[in-house]
Amino acid sequence: MATNKPKWIRKDLLGLGDLSREEIELILDTAYSFKEISTRQIKKVPALRGKMVVNLFYEPSTRTRVSFEVAAKRLSADVINVAVETSSVKKGETLADTGRNIQALKADIIVVRHNCSGAALMLARHLDISVVNAGDGWHEHPTQALLDIFTLKEKMGKISGLNVVIVGDIAHSRVARSNIWGLTKLGANVVVCAPPVLIPAAIEQMGVRISHNIEEALENADAVNVLRMQFERDELGAFPKQMEYFRNFGITKERLGKAKRDIIVMHPGPLNRGIEMSSEVADGANSVILEQVTNGIAVRMAVLFLVAQGREKSR
Amino acid sequence: MILIKNGRVVDPVNDTDKEQDVLLDDGKIFKLAKNIKEKADQVIDARGKIVMPGIVDMHVHLREPGREDKETVRSATKAGLKGGVTSILAMPNTQPAIDTVGNIKLLKAIIKKSAQANVFISGAITVGRLGRELTSISDLKKEGILAITDDGSSVDEEELLLKALTEAKENKVLTICHCEDKALSHNGVVNLGFTSTILGLRGISNESEYKRVERDIKIAEKAGASIHIAHVSCKESVDIIARAKKKGIRVSAETAPHYFSLDETALLGYDTKMKINPPLRNKDDVVAIREGLKSGVIDVIASDHAPHTDSEKDIEFDHAEFGTIGLETELAVSITELISSGLLNWPGLAKKLTYNPSRILGLDKGTLKEGSAADIIIVDPDKEWTLKRQDFISKSKNSVFIGKKLKGRVDYTILKGKIVFKG
Repeated sequence: MATNKPKWIRKDLLGLGDLSREEIELILDTAYSFKEISTRQIKKVPALRGKMVVNLFYEPSTRTRVSFEVAAKRLSADVINVAVETSSVKKGETLADTGRNIQALKADIIVVRHNCSGAALMLARHLDISVVNAGDGWHEHPTQALLDIFTLKEKMGKISGLNVVIVGDIAHSRVARSNIWGLTKLGANVVVCAPPVLIPAAIEQMGVRISHNIEEALENADAVNVLRMQFERDELGAFPKQMEYFRNFGITKERLGKAKRDIIVMHPGPLNRGIEMSSEVADGANSVILEQVTNGIAVRMAVLFLVAQGREKSR
Repeated sequence: MILIKNGRVVDPVNDTDKEQDVLLDDGKIFKLAKNIKEKADQVIDARGKIVMPGIVDMHVHLREPGREDKETVRSATKAGLKGGVTSILAMPNTQPAIDTVGNIKLLKAIIKKSAQANVFISGAITVGRLGRELTSISDLKKEGILAITDDGSSVDEEELLLKALTEAKENKVLTICHCEDKALSHNGVVNLGFTSTILGLRGISNESEYKRVERDIKIAEKAGASIHIAHVSCKESVDIIARAKKKGIRVSAETAPHYFSLDETALLGYDTKMKINPPLRNKDDVVAIREGLKSGVIDVIASDHAPHTDSEKDIEFDHAEFGTIGLETELAVSITELISSGLLNWPGLAKKLTYNPSRILGLDKGTLKEGSAADIIIVDPDKEWTLKRQDFISKSKNSVFIGKKLKGRVDYTILKGKIVFKG
């Protein structure tokens, strides 16, 4: 058995778009074996003892940063948090130089969050140490998608053949893109649901179906992943207004009533109650929002553990 | 006296492509015939080589004055000679912009001191290229500008562009339009479509270009002035220009080698060298540009040589500068993409690179007629090579073509009868 297992060779995890189905499954399987650690009396294993993980965050983030920190600590790594103030104007040290400095401090893994798409790849190309993408612009947020998929698989026993709806601001969402890559590679049927203004160009070429009607989208769905609406991204002033959005796309008890009884409701957080979904739904029986948070630790432990062994550079 | 023996002489003016000898004397083409017997100081055996006019590149950013760290008049013109370019039209978006008589005088002094090839000057349409008030076009003309352009920006105000075109017509200068509606292209960085979607980058639509092409041609028609559309990148622009030409409007059009050789998939991997404005488009647009070259809708191939330093390119994609260098590669890329595929024959290609831009700018270059200036290149059409970063003599190395297998290379560049580059 063990000899047939695919081996992890990448030094970085930058996105699910680059990964094979086997690589995604390897991460999920590894996460599954790590999940039990968090239930122990002593929640710690020495897998990354003596290694240093640097959380390099150019965007404010609490949950992802904390989740990575917990994951690293459960693996006995040392963790340094670096929060960098940025404005839209470039100034000061370049990202590559910051990375080189962290490498010179003999860190082993950089977990990077950046507002520019492609920033994690750029950093990875410049460095010999591992880079884990904790979200780059609108591009990818692979560990979020992995924990979403892990949670879904835990609930449903499989991914292949499931009908999954992703609802919300698809255009500006790195969570959506990573989920689409991951889910389609694992054989799920994905529907993206949003008003036209929030659907990006040619997204159907990613192998998804587009819907502008949430009731219709939910009809045969096994799960719905509800994205956070970030109205501050509305540069043009073209987004639907908050209440308009809730009326047309909000996940409510009534809407779920017409869907499959055991439909799974996910949300990457932080949740805007009453905008993306009603409180009833968020706290209801179909919601797995807090389990996602717990699973995030196992998934990130798996990712840190795997990339620490990988040597192959990203191109 | 230089005698070029047995070369395939390509003259776009009369569509000739035949084995002939060329005798140069006193900086001019003295004689063109088979088996020239005259004794020359130097004889070049050009058997199997193409002998054609030097390239007239009507879209070059010299960066001097102001950004000599990117490029200078000297480095760009040297790079040009290596690539077969003997004449350059300098774009006015320097620091300061070429928008006053004084600034033209400054640029002319630099050119006089350091240019290694013919450099012609274009002036800004508006002061500081800000799109607010016209420059003194008649004064700039007296200083010798061939064209006006706010390249890098479009003139948003229609009334102002109409006045500019009217002035340009009166003063017999060409108006070159960079067609981009920034209200549509917004803060885009790559072509709008599947590529922008999976990369999570802001897209630039075809509309942002072709709506401006349509508008600018209409204004030129109203003014009765001639207009030249710079760096055409998309299908709809080609269609609009074709219709305007059919209608008899005096419009000419240019594209750059990257628009007929690369599509948006080159951006996958966030290679900032591929970040160009207008952006590399989709495959259908590339086909349309090639068809436009073949049909003659697109008159000119120019490099849009846009040098940037490594520190301006090797950063986050959103922050990296737009543009690629091109002086050293435009001929080889054109041969590789257009001659080898049979899309154009040699006189056809030479026309796009030499005679057409010369004619559009009102110059007498781009021909090998007896008596014309001996700006000549001798090209090995079969030489195969792979472009490497260290090959460039340009100060900047930001080329979209690094790593590309190319066919055709310049053996000799001759400027005013003197050998100025030998490959």
